Amino acid sequence: MMRLAYAIPLALFLFILGLGGYMLTQGRDQAIPSQMVAKPLPDIDLPAAGGDFPGLTRRELIGGGPKLINFWGSWCVPCKAEAPHLEALKEQGADIIGIALRDTPEDAGAFLKQYGNPYSRVAIAEVFTILFGFGGSGVPETYVVDDEGVIRYQHIGDVRARDVPILLDQLEKAK
Amino acid sequence: MIAEIGLVALWLAAALAVLQMVAGALSMRSGEGEATPLVLFARPAAIVQAGLAVLSFAMLLWAFAITDLSIKLVATNSHSMKPFLYKITGTWGNHEGSMLLWVAVLALSGGLLAFAEHRLPKRTMQAALAVQGFVALGFYAFLILSSNPFERLPVPAAEGVGLNPLLQDIGLAVHPPTLYIGYVGLSVAFSLAMGALLTRQVTPEFAKVIRPWVLGAWVFLTLGITAGSYWAYYELGWGGWWFWDPVENASLMPWLAATALMHSVSVLAARDALRTWTIMLGVLAFSMSMLGTFLVRSGVLTSVHAFAVDPERGAFILVLLGIYVGGALAIFALRAGSIAEGKRFSVTSREGALVFNNVMLTAILAVVLMGTLYPLLTEAFDVRVSVGPPYFNPVGAIFAVPMLLVMAVGPLLRWKADKSERISGLVSIVMAVLITVVGLALFLGVSGALSIIGLAFAAALAIAAFLPLKGRNLRLVPIAVWGMVMAHFGIAVSLFGMASESAFTQERLAAVAPGGSTTVGDWQITLEGVDPIAGPNWTAMEARVAASRDGAEPVILAPQARNFWTPFQATSESALHTRWDGQLYAVIGDSAGDGRWQLRIWWKPFVTFIWYGGLLIALGGVLAIIGRLRSDLRRRTAKRKGDERRADLAEFFDKQDEGVR
Repeated sequence: MMRLAYAIPLALFLFILGLGGYMLTQGRDQAIPSQMVAKPLPDIDLPAAGGDFPGLTRRELIGGGPKLINFWGSWCVPCKAEAPHLEALKEQGADIIGIALRDTPEDAGAFLKQYGNPYSRVAIAEVFTILFGFGGSGVPETYVVDDEGVIRYQHIGDVRARDVPILLDQLEKAK
Repeated sequence: MIAEIGLVALWLAAALAVLQMVAGALSMRSGEGEATPLVLFARPAAIVQAGLAVLSFAMLLWAFAITDLSIKLVATNSHSMKPFLYKITGTWGNHEGSMLLWVAVLALSGGLLAFAEHRLPKRTMQAALAVQGFVALGFYAFLILSSNPFERLPVPAAEGVGLNPLLQDIGLAVHPPTLYIGYVGLSVAFSLAMGALLTRQVTPEFAKVIRPWVLGAWVFLTLGITAGSYWAYYELGWGGWWFWDPVENASLMPWLAATALMHSVSVLAARDALRTWTIMLGVLAFSMSMLGTFLVRSGVLTSVHAFAVDPERGAFILVLLGIYVGGALAIFALRAGSIAEGKRFSVTSREGALVFNNVMLTAILAVVLMGTLYPLLTEAFDVRVSVGPPYFNPVGAIFAVPMLLVMAVGPLLRWKADKSERISGLVSIVMAVLITVVGLALFLGVSGALSIIGLAFAAALAIAAFLPLKGRNLRLVPIAVWGMVMAHFGIAVSLFGMASESAFTQERLAAVAPGGSTTVGDWQITLEGVDPIAGPNWTAMEARVAASRDGAEPVILAPQARNFWTPFQATSESALHTRWDGQLYAVIGDSAGDGRWQLRIWWKPFVTFIWYGGLLIALGGVLAIIGRLRSDLRRRTAKRKGDERRADLAEFFDKQDEGVR
């Protein structure tokens, strides 16, 4: 009996060793999925930033068919890479709303002039808080929101060519 | 040439580790009296190896000092424009360099063990040296095969990438080396414990040999944790001093194990009890430092200490962990039954109290270990959780409170058996202090159960720490006892700082325009201005914040928001103003637009006591080492003198005999 007790530390250790070994073989998925998927939109009340950037409220996002909400920034390099694919989405009938984070009207305007403007509407947020309301953690991220204002789908990172049909499909499902 | 010398030295050291291992293992198998030629090899191998490993590290230091950009490690971690001090400390501010430092310290302590330790039975010593060589060999292999610090670039880089700005701080000079010395000291304790287990010679004499190593490792761990905590406190700019981050836990767990080990070793030395338990803790302490290394460097846990993460290295460390700790625990499971448990003692005795504290410390260790590994476990089932203070603080306190209670009265008890009535008078003083402080805190409306408990125990313990001195002639009290008193008092001081920080801290977050002011606690805070300034490899916005208390002459604090350009990163440099009764902590954030700045100010009463306490604890450990070594030397000198006297007398009588003849 006593001898068996001496083996307890070894058993515990082997368990920890096995766990560590198993976790090492698992790929580290750095993207953190949003907890807000399938939940209604958070409260949104972005003030107007002048020029081409009117404000945006939660109410304005509800109704009128499903939408894509794209978080971007003029300072964000992957956002430049995804610009043509957003353009493709727009051409295939997606309604895209842009929210530029930590941006100024001048910088955001220059970005849209250079890389094209796929958005039906663009708002500027001075701080990241609004993205956290969506359960997001970085830029760019794109969300599918249905007619009732419920978040249906989250795409983390820049939109690439292969993501375009997936997003269109998600928009279709959200109808 | 520098890199090549370093690499060759490393290979030679590894070869000597093989020799040390084989020679030690083979001569351990031979009997005590038998003379095998191999027995001559283990010690010199360890000593020469130490020189080679240190030489190797010195070569890397040199390469960093002159910013030799043909070496990959230098090019990816240093920069020619970096201040000289950070070029040097940058040597161990990366994975490969820090592992080389680790190995150098390991070899150095192995060499010291081989050079200085002559008290142990020969076979135990050879076994310990064999284990030490085996451990060192694993780390040499790890360095050479998967983390070669001396790798050359095919074409020298034009300029280095730079060191993570958070690491460009004096804290990096102190914190990792002290922790490593602590971890590595535990490896010597591990080797000695395994040696004693293998030869079944777990004796009080063995405890006396292992004790300075355990105490030394423990002192360095204490200093390393204390320094790391203060570094995080002022460098990260979050105002907190402990975050229960996996890497912090990785340093705390060996400390808890070493604390338990240190106390159990003293029972073994004084009373020849707790044999298997001591060996178990010896293995546990080293396992915790290795497990910490694995968790930090494999990247299986996310942490602020993001080392360059590499699954291959993680696998290597995991294999080493499996071999050393798994092997040690397997031997323990097979052998422990054959080591007699040693002398018995009653529950109400010094041993009883120490056993209780040992169990509580181990329980706290288990709490920290579970909290650290739990996210890993749930992630295996695809659930992401993070475990933080809401778990660690209260669950740790469940075991810390009884531990602190016994810690207050335990040192008053006698060895072997004692009567509780004998110390009831002193115990009631301690309890009275405890209850009075709780009552006072409740009356004054202090919030937070843990804070109140912390304050009460700090007061009770501060008094209880000195009670073992009562009724003794202070000049005759052994130095080691002073060490204990000092360390226990340090716990009280540190606890007071922690409780006070969490109970009384005042915080103010305000957007202030230059010229505007705000208040925090008794302090009147005025933002005088914000100016851009430039450093050697950064630019910053520096705020001038005037703080004055009760209308006194204001002091100026200058927190900065820094932007480093090599590599590009923004850091926040907090500004501190220390008074005896607390610290004012200021951080400047973003511009709020419209000319105002985000200013974050804390007044943290007595927060500095946390680290003063840590220093006192370490000082206690140093006193204990001095005391133990001195009494040991004295005993040996007395024995030698006795031997000499006997020899003289024998000679005298021999001569007389001759004369008579």
